[in-house]
Formats: sequence, structure tokens, C-alpha cells
Amino acid sequence: MDAATLLARFPASQDLAGKDMPTFRVAGADLLAAVRFLRDEQGFDLLADLCGAEWSDRPTRFGVVLHLLSTTRKEYVRLHVDAVDDRVPSVSSLHPGANWHEREAFDMFGIVFEGHPDPRRILMWEAYPYHPLRKDFPLAGIEVPFPAADVAEVTGQKVEPAPMMGGPFVSHGGKLSEGEPSALDQSWTEEKPKA
Amino acid sequence: MKITKEISIGDVAARSEELRGENMTLNMGPSHPATHGVLRLSLELDGDKVVKCDPVIGYLHRGDEKIAENMTYNQFVPYTDRLDYLAPIANNVAYAIAVEKLAGLKLPARCEAIRVLTCEMARLSSHLLGIGVYAMDTGAWTVFMYTFNEREKLYSLFEELTGARFTTSYTRIGGMTRDLPDGWLAKVSAFCDGVERTIDEVDKLLTRNGIFLERTEGIATISKEMALAYGLTGPNLRASGVPFDLRKDKPYSGYEQYDFDVPVGAKGDCFDRYLVRMEEMRQSVRIVRQVVKTMPGGAWYAEDAKKIFLPPKAKVMTKMEELIQNFMLVTEGPQIPAGEVYFEAENPKGALGFYVVSHGGGVPYRLRIRGPSFVSLSILPAIVPGNFLTDVASILGSLDFVMGECDR
Repeated sequence: MDAATLLARFPASQDLAGKDMPTFRVAGADLLAAVRFLRDEQGFDLLADLCGAEWSDRPTRFGVVLHLLSTTRKEYVRLHVDAVDDRVPSVSSLHPGANWHEREAFDMFGIVFEGHPDPRRILMWEAYPYHPLRKDFPLAGIEVPFPAADVAEVTGQKVEPAPMMGGPFVSHGGKLSEGEPSALDQSWTEEKPKA
Repeated sequence: MKITKEISIGDVAARSEELRGENMTLNMGPSHPATHGVLRLSLELDGDKVVKCDPVIGYLHRGDEKIAENMTYNQFVPYTDRLDYLAPIANNVAYAIAVEKLAGLKLPARCEAIRVLTCEMARLSSHLLGIGVYAMDTGAWTVFMYTFNEREKLYSLFEELTGARFTTSYTRIGGMTRDLPDGWLAKVSAFCDGVERTIDEVDKLLTRNGIFLERTEGIATISKEMALAYGLTGPNLRASGVPFDLRKDKPYSGYEQYDFDVPVGAKGDCFDRYLVRMEEMRQSVRIVRQVVKTMPGGAWYAEDAKKIFLPPKAKVMTKMEELIQNFMLVTEGPQIPAGEVYFEAENPKGALGFYVVSHGGGVPYRLRIRGPSFVSLSILPAIVPGNFLTDVASILGSLDFVMGECDR
């Protein structure tokens, strides 16, 4: 992996000194050119993974993490991209396999991929109003209308938050002094009102 | 009076245009035996030919990534069983290795050997099902009975090892739940003898079977370039002629010590994908035999990882230090340092990847699961159009996907 050329050609990028593989932060404007450079000149021919992320230490809230694999050099490289105004250019023109990954990142985080050929939701249904992997989305879910409107009209059915009452299957690694193991997200308990 | 009507060639051509009619949209799934789970295909048909294929997924979406952010690392192990539920141990191992890489743990040789052994047995289990069901999809019932016979024996072995036949949850961060039972390795050897005979029998039943060849040869050919562009991994990538296997090229858990070959296809059609899986089973048996022969002794978990792996129960009951350690680990979870890691393991369906981001403590900040079946299915809109409707079952079976891993 030729890190010096990448950094020289894209001055806005930054070496994040990844421990398990070379890691770079690339500006959104440079993303397509950087992925093309890695694919055509560095041999990273397979997009192993593309996922959305919610940063905790960046001015932009969301971003995208790409993992590229070279089947000839047997190496990985990781790219971090900030989603300025929740927008990132789509790499599906370079790696058609990114199509579904980007649909998933949009579905889960609400990141818009500019130039995506098919910007639909993929795991949730089309009319779903939230982006569930965002940190402010509660674990149990939020009540929303039933996807099939004709069924909902007759039965009055709704999509309700998960019934976790009485069974905290989740615990967190907080301070022990806070008492018993308890969920990070407490919105389902009876003691606290629902958000 | 006799009435004759002259028909010109032009009229006939015009009428056949009329006969063509509209395209029909056919909904295949979400509960269709050939879709192997809750996959729905929205197919546009021109007569018998598919002109457009739009897979609709998400019926099995459980939000595993969200759940992972709300529990400790070990609590998530049972959820990994439910990704590729045909090879749960392989998922357990892939997840454990990802987190251990983040923690910088070095595991003892016995632990790694046990993991290789169970992973290869999981591969056998998954491929036996994959091929048995594939034969059934293409009209050969008998093979299914042969392969399920062997899977039954595998499940009995898994049951003896882990206490569960399907949902094994065998690994913990830093080791396993328990050591191998006495006499278990001898049973594995006996199983190897039996499964080799079965693979030969399946080979004789299918590989030169005229009907099977007719239904698989030359169907849905995926070129090398296309397989790479769509990010296919595992047997599907190798069937297209890319000799890439993570066990060989990015060895983990001590795979480099064992001698095995990586089968590679020539054309990338459905038949090649079947052939690659057949050969992979033989290679898996080869690895299993080597591991059984060379199984090292010693510790089966990382003994020095005091903040990650639970101490032995006998010590918890008698010693103060171990009791505190046990209590802290159960309530707070294994303490993993801050950082990020991406690890892919060569699972039966392809590369199962875990991207773990930790801010320290016992709970991941973000845990992304890269399911190989998700990627395998994303190529459907490109390879299904142009084929007949009857071939759709043949194409789906050849990709060998599982929805638990696709929808997560």
C-alpha cells in the first residue's frame, strides 16, 4: 500500500495510523478519485465492506467507513469519509457491489449517497420514518403505522416497540456503583417515561 | 361461395407483435421453497423469460447491529449463531477472533486448533446442506437424504461438544466455553470416514447426471471481473476463477499449519459453483483429519487475559481474587481497549466480516456485520435477467445464501 502517493495526490486526506490495516480519512470530494486510484493503480479490486457510522469525536455527525481488499496483494485498506450535511458521493459506479451497502447505510443512518442509481431503503420498508442505527433511536423501537395500510385499516394494527418489559436481556459496562446490570437504553422500563 | 383471404407476410408479423402482449410481474417468495428462507424476488417476465429481477430483503431483519451496541461482548455470542444458522460455530469463531484482535490477545495453540476443527466441521455441515438442497431444487431428491444423514451425525458431535445442536454459542472472547470431551476426537475421525464415502456417493449421483448438468451448466455465468466488482467472496468468487481464500491468503487461527488445496472454477456458472463446494468438502475433511492427528495439549483459553476470560469455576468458589474477577467480568463484560478492527473469516458462505469500534469497556460502540449472503444476493439483478423462470431456482441454489446473515 503506497500511502505516500495517496496522501500526496489527495492533500485533504489524513493518515489515521490504523493498527490492523492502513487507515485514511478522505474528503468526500476526493472519495471517487481515491477509490479509483486504489482500484486501478494499487490493485484494491474488491470492496469488502461499506458501512455507515456515527462519529463521537468529529464535527460532522455521520460518516462512511469503506474496507477495500486487494485479492492480488492480499491486503486491506480502510477509508473514513465524513458525511458533510449527511451527504457522501456514491462509489457504486466504481464498485457495483456498493449499491446495496449504500442503500443499507441510508436506511440505517439516513446518509444520502449522491449519484446512487437506486436510492431506496433496503432492510426497513419504504415508508418507515426513522433511521434505526442512529444513537438517538431507542433500542426497543418507536411506534409507527403498520406497513400494509389496507390491513391496518381493518385490524387497527401498529408496529409497536419491542416488548422487553420484565426481561432486561441487555446489560452495560457502566460503573458498578450504579447498581444491578441494566440496559444502556432504559426507555423501555416502567420507572422512566418513554421518550 | 368460397371465401378466400390472402394473408401477407406483413400481416403475420403484425399479428405476432400483437401476441407478444405485456410483461407480467411475478412475485416469488417471501415463502417459496426455492428461495431458501424469506427472500422475495419481484420478477418481470416476458413469457418464460425473466427480463428484470428485483430482490426484496429485510423480512428477517432483527437489528443485530443495534442490539450489539447495548450488550457486553460475550452476551452477543448467541446472536452470532443466528447469522448463518447452518454453520453457527464458524460465526462464533469469526466474531471472537475479531474482538480478540482488538484486544491484542494471543491464544494458546490448543484453542486455535479446536477453532479450526469446529470451523471445518461447520463448513462440512453447511456445504452438505447447500448441495443436498441444491440437488433438490434441480430435481434430484435422493442426494438430500444422503447429505442429511451425515449432517445428523455432525449435529450429534456438536451436541456433545457444546450442549446444543444448532445454536452452539461455543466461543467466548479469549477462548471457548469448554474443552473437548473425552473420546470426542475419535468420534470425529469415525465421522470423517463416513462423510468421505457419502461425498463419493453424491459425486456419483450428481456430477455426471444428465438432468443436473442440463440445469446447471452454462447457467448464470459470472465472469471474474463481475465477481470482483460485486464483491463476491468464498466459493462463489473462487468458482469464477479468482484464487482467493482467506484461510490461505490471510491465515488466522493457525490455518497456515495445515495442508489443503483451494479449488478454483474455470467458467463461473452454476455447475462450477457446485464443483467448488464438492471439492471444498473433501479439503475440509483433509483439514479435520490433520487437526485431529496434531491436536496440541495445554490450555484451551487465554489464561493471562484476566480482564477478558472467566476464571475456572473451581477457583471462583474457593478463591477471593477469582471471585472478584468473575463478578467484574459478568457484570461489566470483557474489558476491550479503545480502537477499531475489521476482521473477515472464510466462512462456508464467504467472508463474514466484523467491524468492531470500541471506546473501551465491555460494550462495543459500533459493531458492523458484513454478511457474505447479503453481497451474494446483490448480484441477482445482474445475472438473473435473460434466464428462464425455471432457472431462477437453479441460480439461487448455486449462490448458497442464508437469509439470517443477509438481513441480520
